[in-house]
Amino acid sequence: MDVQTWTYIIVGLSFTLYIGIAIWSKAKSTSEFYVAGGSVSPLANGMATAADWMSAASFISMAGLIAFMGYDGTVYLMGWTGGYVLLALMLAPYLRKFGKFTVPDFIGERYYSKAARIVALLCAIFISFTYVAGQMRGVGVVFSRFLEVDIYWGVLIGMSIVFTYAVLGGMKGITYTQVAQYCVLIFAYMTPAFFISLMLTGNPIPQLGFGGELKEGGYLLDKLDKVVTDLGFTAYTAQTKSTTDIFFITLALMVGTAGLPHVIIRFFTVPKVRDARISAGWALLFIAILYTTAPAVATFARYNIIDTVNEKPYAEMPTWFKKWEETKLISFEDKNRDGKIQFYNDKNEIFKSKAVTNGWKGNELKVDRDIMVLANPEIAGLPNWVIALVAAGGLAAALSTAAGLLLVISTSISHDLMKKTINPNITDKQELIYARIAAGCAIIIAGYFGINPPGFVAQVVAFAFGLAASSFFPAIVLGIFYKRMNKEGAIAGMIAGIVFTAAYIIYFKFISPEANVQANWWFGISPEGIGGIGMLLNFAISIVVSKLTSPPPPEVQELVENIRVPNKD
Amino acid sequence: MESQNNLQNHRQAYWRANIRILTILLSIWFIVSFGCGILFVDQLNQIKLGGFKLGFWMAQQGSIYTFVVLIFVYVKLMNKLDQKFSFNEKND
Repeated sequence: MDVQTWTYIIVGLSFTLYIGIAIWSKAKSTSEFYVAGGSVSPLANGMATAADWMSAASFISMAGLIAFMGYDGTVYLMGWTGGYVLLALMLAPYLRKFGKFTVPDFIGERYYSKAARIVALLCAIFISFTYVAGQMRGVGVVFSRFLEVDIYWGVLIGMSIVFTYAVLGGMKGITYTQVAQYCVLIFAYMTPAFFISLMLTGNPIPQLGFGGELKEGGYLLDKLDKVVTDLGFTAYTAQTKSTTDIFFITLALMVGTAGLPHVIIRFFTVPKVRDARISAGWALLFIAILYTTAPAVATFARYNIIDTVNEKPYAEMPTWFKKWEETKLISFEDKNRDGKIQFYNDKNEIFKSKAVTNGWKGNELKVDRDIMVLANPEIAGLPNWVIALVAAGGLAAALSTAAGLLLVISTSISHDLMKKTINPNITDKQELIYARIAAGCAIIIAGYFGINPPGFVAQVVAFAFGLAASSFFPAIVLGIFYKRMNKEGAIAGMIAGIVFTAAYIIYFKFISPEANVQANWWFGISPEGIGGIGMLLNFAISIVVSKLTSPPPPEVQELVENIRVPNKD
Repeated sequence: MESQNNLQNHRQAYWRANIRILTILLSIWFIVSFGCGILFVDQLNQIKLGGFKLGFWMAQQGSIYTFVVLIFVYVKLMNKLDQKFSFNEKND
């Protein structure tokens, strides 16, 4: 059977499964819609959190990015896992004890302020929309490449699937579909990784294989370092960004991860405080399976693509090459008209003389980083069903994250805006209707962005993490660990953190992108890493302002005392 | 029945023990990730672990394994602490 038939079968089966779960788990109350009734088992919540967290970016783009960044790709690997330690130790158990529905709920009640709740809810909505646009885009890419349908139809199909289980089932439906989606995505990610690791190194476990020896002798990483330096690139295991920049990007991503509302709310769904702790452990374990495989996949992919294309005649390229060329994600231009592909670093000045000697007239191949994971099984010549499986995995990753984000948007509007700010008198039933309408509208907006992606999607991702790091994280941590922390301090801190971080990112990403070079950055920190500074600024200002103003009222201090211990009084 | 004051002291002792656990675990978290994986990566890269340079391995593999272990250790320590202070949750 060809790839397309396989893809229709596997994707069709997985979608049927998601819809089946949706019908089985229809939400009947706001508590079920917002937090699945608080009755999810820690293990299931761990899996759901992992699927929620691992987005189209983790599944489709990350290994490709690392393949071209080498050691520098560490910022994503540590940044997107290390935050779970902060989440497990400093946030999840206490927020579970607090026992409400949303992150703005906590901010609003801990800081006894509607203004604080509104700042938090605007941040939550902004972060979630930024993120969800990227997911819908991922759905579109997978559909257009593997099913050869228009991106438009791809996004539309994706939207209707998410619509069914998010609007019907709310958090309950989302949780159990995410469990299924985790299984699909991890199986889809690991299968080709096992095969490729086995083929290259003789060891089927990718985490070991990429430190292993090649079949033709020599360690893979040593060989790769040599192959890429021979083409004028930096050695794979060597660092190119400055240490300061790597430090702060990693910090911003870690703290941002811990502050992302769609991840935090997952810990409201388990029954007890001790369940919140252990389910953070399960979540990270399930995430780590993919995250420790990704750098191996990256290494294999970089090695394989150079091996397949470099100095090889264009006419002899395999079919996957031609197929990806049609999507414009690979492009070849025979600059020196020798009929062969030269794939090297033509920006390296020292390397220029060697290129001239070889008769090379510039790099001839452009490869979009996003295709590395999707094309990897084809590059390695794996059977068609594996390729189809990867398509289903990419869709599972994108849809599960999209659903989690849409829920944050919907609860922010129905709960934090309608119920808690505008009209506290609405009934549970009415609130549930608002939640469903909000989820529906959010899906339509997200779908629109998926079909007409704003050019700035990649840039705004730095925004989402920067904002989460510089607004939520300090406000929540101080709310738990610093009893004296008051409303004035928290609001001043959040505003300072957001304004500083946003201004820095907007300046370098939108106002003068040409100035976005290391020489102009403050302390050599790129816009991606500035959230780390924004967070420190938030902490400093919060503490100073709160020391200068009156302490929080006694009932709030009692609330803090209460969330610090797990038992009920 | 404990007096209000006793309960207060009891809670504070629990909180102090909790903070001690956090300080230790987060120090390890920082040393392994930012220390071994970023700040001292060049020094560690002098050591080889099979086909890996140690610093590179810490950054892309070792740190992630440590994160997972840290959370499970935390769970164990906290469950023990809850028991010691008889803060175990009853089934709802």
